[in-house]
Amino acid sequence: MKTAPKTARKPKPRLIEMSDGTLRVRSGWAYAYILPGMLLLLLFTIYPLVMVLRTAFYQRYVYITNTGTGFGLSSFTWVLKDPTFWMACKNTLILLLIALPITLILALGFALLINSIKKLQGFFQTVYFLPYVTSTIAVGMAFLWLFHTDYGYINFFLELFGIPAQKWLTDPKLMIVALSIFSVWNGLAFKILLFLAGLQKINKQVYQAARIDGASPAKTLFRITLPLLSPTTWMVTLVSIIYVARTFNEVYSMFVSFAGGTAGSGNAAITVMYYIYWMFYDQGKVNYAAAAAILFLIVILLITVVQRAVSKKFVHYV
Amino acid sequence: MKQDKSHQIQDRRSVFLTALKYVLLTIGAVVMLFPFLWMLLTSLKTLPEAISIPPKWMPSDPQWKNYDYAWNLVPFGMYFRNTIWVGILSVVVTLVFSILGAYAFSIFSFPGRNVCFYLFMLTMMVPSEILIIQNYVTCSKLGLLDTFSGIVLPTVANGFYIFMLQEYFMQTPPSLFKAAKVDGCSNLKFLIKVVIPMNINAIVTVAILTFITAWNSFMWPLIVTMSDEHTLLSVGLLRFRQASSSNLHNQMAAACIVLLPMVLFYIIFRKKIMEGVASGGTKG
Repeated sequence: MKTAPKTARKPKPRLIEMSDGTLRVRSGWAYAYILPGMLLLLLFTIYPLVMVLRTAFYQRYVYITNTGTGFGLSSFTWVLKDPTFWMACKNTLILLLIALPITLILALGFALLINSIKKLQGFFQTVYFLPYVTSTIAVGMAFLWLFHTDYGYINFFLELFGIPAQKWLTDPKLMIVALSIFSVWNGLAFKILLFLAGLQKINKQVYQAARIDGASPAKTLFRITLPLLSPTTWMVTLVSIIYVARTFNEVYSMFVSFAGGTAGSGNAAITVMYYIYWMFYDQGKVNYAAAAAILFLIVILLITVVQRAVSKKFVHYV
Repeated sequence: MKQDKSHQIQDRRSVFLTALKYVLLTIGAVVMLFPFLWMLLTSLKTLPEAISIPPKWMPSDPQWKNYDYAWNLVPFGMYFRNTIWVGILSVVVTLVFSILGAYAFSIFSFPGRNVCFYLFMLTMMVPSEILIIQNYVTCSKLGLLDTFSGIVLPTVANGFYIFMLQEYFMQTPPSLFKAAKVDGCSNLKFLIKVVIPMNINAIVTVAILTFITAWNSFMWPLIVTMSDEHTLLSVGLLRFRQASSSNLHNQMAAACIVLLPMVLFYIIFRKKIMEGVASGGTKG
């Protein structure tokens, strides 16, 4: 072992000062601290990740023995030719490109409103955050009935405005709309909270300066609040995209019976995550589930990389 | 701008604007609360009331027996015990692993530190749902299917809380650490006597967030459990839905049974929960 000449005769230094001023201990005991977590990580994250990769590349797979043979892309080509997979992609994209932006805009709006009032701020904050802590499965059961064609309140309200009753839960075109509405309602809580936290971090003196300069409320909003909030907006968007892409509980509670099966009639409400689950648990086609999971993982990683690159360029940091 | 004339108009306008804000917020609050209120009221209706056309908002005579029926159709008492037990187990295991891991990363220098660090970071990038395929097989090989350990262990191997706690632990003043070392304080003692008490707020936050996540967890428990003895509330609720066919009023009573404890928990700890979620930030 190489040691610096000065310390050659002294015992090995146990405390090291890092460049940022923190102190570190050099000790083999570190492994004892890290080991419990590391073991679980290896067993339940790293190992399954490798195995999912392996399973996805089997040419032939035998469910009963959980073994396969060969190495090839046949699972991927099968999945990519499966119309149900594309339906799942389409539905997930609808949630990402339509439902999520609506959620974000509504959340931002409500956060701005809550932030701008003086009384009852805490009350509204508490009410709007409630769906975050409540079980999606339980609330989904309520939404299932609120969307009911005959007994549901949603059709009841629509009929008040002269719109005929819709078959939200059985019409393939409307099922994804119902799912989106539930997804928006369910997703608002988390985003409002984060936007509010971001708004409260903005320095109050900036607003005082704006008021002294006679800036209109609209100008203050677009020239000061939104730019200063952009790191928060970006972070919320980043987290939400990955969260919404994983939509599963909403589908299960509204469209799937306890015994499992398709996501609504004709699988019309299927999402990518439900597709993976359905292929694996319901259909027993583990290699196809693995291939879909790998495709999903690649897309998620790509989104993360692109977001990192974009955020370096455009986000306004203070 | 014509300033002198517009002063009064602006005053009136700002009153109108404030009123508008409260109206919009109230509408939003009604939309957020509507499903909960409807569930609660429907759980107290008779079946004809629950499925009347047009819908009937208030039950004429609260049917408390719906709760009695729901509670006894499937073993909800057992599901509660299971869920509380899994919640506590998740919190304890998560805290032990994350505190030890975070402490290791914040005070130790050791070969392979960076590799370990990136491995933990990987868990945050990989959606845990895609791992269920292999984890199911692993659990069946280890005999963990349909056990509490099987529900808890695969879900707690998460780097998120390690990083969160590490950021807090790093703020421990170096001078304090140096002084402790000079006094011959061992690393473990320093963790227990200084680092944990100093960061108890962050640790409680991790505990609360873990508990909520465990309480509402669904996909993995659905796959890994079979018997009533290990079924959690969220899964048990769907089992109830299956058993009750389409008796709306009973279904809502069951859903309320599942929701009410969490709502109470939320009302008691709301400050802490909201702070925690806002500071943790990245757990959708």
